[in-house]
Amino acid sequence: MKIIACIKQVPDSEAKVKADNGQITWGDAPLVINPFDEYAVEGALQQKEATGGTVTALCIGPESAREALKHALAMGADDAILVSDPALNELDTSGAARVLAAAINKVGGVDMVVFGRQTLDNGAGLTPAQTARVLGWPMLGLAGQIKVDAGSVRVERVIEEGRQNVSAKLPAVLSVVQSIGEPRYPSFMGIRKASKATIPVWSLGDLGIAAPAAIVKRAELMNPPVRETAVEIIAGDTPEVIAETLVEKILAEKVL
Amino acid sequence: MKTFVYIDHFKGEVQPASWEAIGLGKSLGLVSAIVFGGGVDAVVKSAFEHGADEVFVADDSALEDYRSEPYAATLSALASSQSPDLILFPTTARTRELSAMSAVDLNTGVLTDISGLEVSGDQLIATRPIYEGKVLEKTVCSGKPVMATIRGRAFPKPEPDAGKTGIATKVGVKADALTTVEGYSASESAVNLGDAGVIVSGGRGVSNNPSLVPPAGLDDKQAEVWRAQQGFALIGELANVLGGAVGASRAAVDGGYIPYSHQVGQTGKVVTPDLYIACGISGAIQHLVGMRNAKLVVAINKDSDAPIFKQARYGVVGDLFQIVPALTAAFKKKLGK
Repeated sequence: MKIIACIKQVPDSEAKVKADNGQITWGDAPLVINPFDEYAVEGALQQKEATGGTVTALCIGPESAREALKHALAMGADDAILVSDPALNELDTSGAARVLAAAINKVGGVDMVVFGRQTLDNGAGLTPAQTARVLGWPMLGLAGQIKVDAGSVRVERVIEEGRQNVSAKLPAVLSVVQSIGEPRYPSFMGIRKASKATIPVWSLGDLGIAAPAAIVKRAELMNPPVRETAVEIIAGDTPEVIAETLVEKILAEKVL
Repeated sequence: MKTFVYIDHFKGEVQPASWEAIGLGKSLGLVSAIVFGGGVDAVVKSAFEHGADEVFVADDSALEDYRSEPYAATLSALASSQSPDLILFPTTARTRELSAMSAVDLNTGVLTDISGLEVSGDQLIATRPIYEGKVLEKTVCSGKPVMATIRGRAFPKPEPDAGKTGIATKVGVKADALTTVEGYSASESAVNLGDAGVIVSGGRGVSNNPSLVPPAGLDDKQAEVWRAQQGFALIGELANVLGGAVGASRAAVDGGYIPYSHQVGQTGKVVTPDLYIACGISGAIQHLVGMRNAKLVVAINKDSDAPIFKQARYGVVGDLFQIVPALTAAFKKKLGK
């Protein structure tokens, strides 16, 4: 099977991200592979191990996004492709889907595309389904388990109401959730291999498409309001006394 | 403003934020609800009672289970023929996919998980969280219709008007599907924290009760999980008395104490309950951004220096294994349960 894992590079989740004069800043926190996308790479590698084939990590981003691709290589991906072009600075989710679909078509013969459920930065979670729509492939979203058998893929999909078994013919686009299994740590050999890997960079010209116009645009950035945070510590001689005092206080707030 | 509201339901059980979306739509003008599925008369009736002025219905066996392709194709055809200015959805697993695909068909965009919507001239400006809620953005969509999925509990829910009816119009069904739904199992982990008015959450501290003796034959890790599950049972009882849901910190989820669907913050969810009780949660930044918009935060933790106390209105420095059951008993008494 030829599998593509789509990844993105984002600020680390520990980063203190702020709006600062209309710009997003995150201090000196590192840029990392989007944590959800580590599950995508993990899911892709599991399928490669189950059925044979290759895993290619695919990323849209600036030159520095190579580091995220190297993480995927170190985890065990066979190769990596960076799509990078100055014209891609302003890209919304459907634009990203069109660029990814063009790259997936250029790779050719792909059986399965795996995404994480959403990114930590924009967090819209739209790109996987939009990529499927642009490709005209089935979308199997929020997969907690994946099983490939004779040209079909069956997933256990995790939704608000429980779990659903859904199947489709390959090729298909999947997004995965945490129950796929903890992403493996890069091995020593993997890190060495990744450090030596040549990562091709594809421009929009290479993909034969123009930059998609952004339909969704940011108008303003704000920091969330800071809450008054004077905590009142409830003390008492026994848990029962503390509980009764606390219950009185909570009921007086009229939130129930 | 011609507003459509997509009513998201699972086997006839409506996601409550669908009604909040009708309420938001009504603040802008008339609302046409959209109901897709198989055998959905009760959902249509409920949509009228919650304020829909008319309802577009696609009731067809091909739509019995939600599947993205036929639902998106049916929605896109409806939107093409009716030309709404705005389509609102509740934010759910299904509507993220549905709106995403239909936006590709219609060459428009989706503003996801919005907590505010302003009209400025002929432009709609939505407020939504980015970077896990650490930052908010105002965002606009230049395509038509503007599609927006609303965050649960961000907009007031309309009071239902029993018996109110209206005209339901059948719409054409695009039945071509690429996926097959083979089965469904309800799971104990099914929880919708976004709609919960009260959330009682547990963290790593939930496993920290050395006085509990686990059954024989468990290794250290199994014993830790077993202890944590006893702790979450106490939390569940408190949540139950308050009619609320059980949440968890990432540490508790990563520890294997409770399924991921309960996680608040980070790679989990942003929640906005009226009351949030954090038990044995120290308060990592990812957790804090997930719950800091709760109306009232109560923290119970052994460590008086835990950062969670900086977000809390009331705090108890103590052992959750003693405080939580005492709280459950005290609420039972006060609430007459």
